[in-house]
Amino acid sequence: MRALVWHGKEDVRCDTVTDPEIEDPRDAIVKVTSCAICGSDLHLFHNFIPAMLPGDILGHEMMGEVVEVGSEAKGSLNKGDRVVVPFTIICGECEQCRRGNFSVCQRTNRKKELADKVFGHATAGLFGYTHLTGGYPGGQAEYVRVPFADTTHIKVPDGISDERLLFLGDIFPTGWQAAVQADIKPTDTVAIWGCGPVGQMAIRSALLLGARQVVAIDYLPERLSMAEAAGAITINFLEESVIERLNDLTGGEGPEKCIDAVGMEAHINLGQPDSVIDRVKQMTMMENDRPHVLREMIYVCRPAGVISIVGVYSGLVDKIPFGMAMNKGLTFRMGQCHVNRWTDDLLARIEDGQIDPSFVVTHTGTLEEGPELYKTFRDKQDSCIKVVLKP
Amino acid sequence: MLSLTTASDIARSPGDPKIVATGPSSRGASDRAAIGLGWFSLALGMTELLAASRLTRALGVEGHETLVRAMGVREIAHGITSLSPDKKVGVWSRVAGDALDIAGLLLAYRDDNPKKTNVGIALASVLAVTLADIATAQALTVRHSPSRGEKRNYSDRSGWPRGFENSRGAAADFEKPGDMRAAPAAANASQVTGRTSPATEEFSRTLEAAE
Repeated sequence: MRALVWHGKEDVRCDTVTDPEIEDPRDAIVKVTSCAICGSDLHLFHNFIPAMLPGDILGHEMMGEVVEVGSEAKGSLNKGDRVVVPFTIICGECEQCRRGNFSVCQRTNRKKELADKVFGHATAGLFGYTHLTGGYPGGQAEYVRVPFADTTHIKVPDGISDERLLFLGDIFPTGWQAAVQADIKPTDTVAIWGCGPVGQMAIRSALLLGARQVVAIDYLPERLSMAEAAGAITINFLEESVIERLNDLTGGEGPEKCIDAVGMEAHINLGQPDSVIDRVKQMTMMENDRPHVLREMIYVCRPAGVISIVGVYSGLVDKIPFGMAMNKGLTFRMGQCHVNRWTDDLLARIEDGQIDPSFVVTHTGTLEEGPELYKTFRDKQDSCIKVVLKP
Repeated sequence: MLSLTTASDIARSPGDPKIVATGPSSRGASDRAAIGLGWFSLALGMTELLAASRLTRALGVEGHETLVRAMGVREIAHGITSLSPDKKVGVWSRVAGDALDIAGLLLAYRDDNPKKTNVGIALASVLAVTLADIATAQALTVRHSPSRGEKRNYSDRSGWPRGFENSRGAAADFEKPGDMRAAPAAANASQVTGRTSPATEEFSRTLEAAE
């Protein structure tokens, strides 16, 4: 089969690889009908996430048709079922899964010993990601093996296009969780940094949840136009001060809820000298991530407010004003998304017509076009916001 | 790289797909050239840093070892940047560095320098590398320019099939799980102590209104 394979920093290729095989009775094989390139794939593309190995198949947003089912997954899944595959692999039985904390499932990370050493305690296995999360082959491929398939799936109905359903596997529930864990009240101003795909979903989730006003922060006009289309107030940080504008919009009090949908690769901007220093330190391996957004959120957030972080960070960050956060009594909530915790509800909202997540798709291509589309997405060329691939 | 890829198969399980044939890379020719120039910068920079005395002797500029070492540090910085995702910045910085190198070598290209021939060879080498740097930097600028492609406006992409007014607040009744709440819904001091004050009563009213 064909698959997009990571060969090294900024080196992704559409390779011919052997077909995946059922290894465990709980496995299933899914024929991928649609998959997407995620913003966090770019962190892998840049080799900012440690423990990738040449030959790893990328991709953690995929959906398709079940074509083979292991003996223990039968019944929960059947050949011909249409499924979205969540990016977090879940056993459904461990203590964390029973609590709904699926992204920290205790049993699905097959490189648990490695992850225990690096993270202290392992998190869930993820598709198409680092070997710290199991090194499972991803779904930017014609076929993908789904481990723990009896629980790791979202059954979806026929009659709704792939583009409306695909994002149930990652960016829609991730944006939703960002808003839910911010504990939005009808009186709240919610400021969202980053208008990439997750940011766009967070904007719409905050509005669905009834926030008084949602403020979207980015610098790319096309992304800001998409945020504005949803009903958000926009701030272009290259044209105006984020802090001054947020204070203006909140009577000088600051937003109650701040969401980070940017993560470790904040834009480098001479007007924000800390971002330049972060880049130099990141390049010389003195710091893993560029946490400009975290600093700005902590500074501008209203005392006793909530900081919700869904942008991906990989390791060490410097110069976080933690004293400011402590004295302001801020609440921090963060994490990879507990996808299956939210998907029943979100699927119902899609079916009900409350939201159509396909708005975010700007580019569609084949797997063979994948390497070039990685570059297009990374360089933000052709107003690219979200790429969907059709194997 | 394919051998590394094959070697990494030991970290995979038997059912994981293995590469049979590899396709074209997302790296273009200019990306590969930048990587080559980056490694060249690192090698040259390390040489300038560690063998400054031998270089100054070879160029007839003894006494300028500190300057050569400083140039070595600068060259290493060019190399690190050229090997990073910001390779465009890295290779353009190499071009600027070339200009400094050429200026320095021109100062040493004097008739009273017994190693004038060596300086001439160095100068010719730097000029050749400068041409490669400029060509690579220009190609990178074109290849990775965000202005490539169409500039679009997505103001027609709301994501609200039923319109903004019908979707805003449509999930306001969503029951947030307790572990996702910033604070328990009705927590206030009066519930704990049994006493009330104007401040706690106001707080309770605000929470109830918000709920």
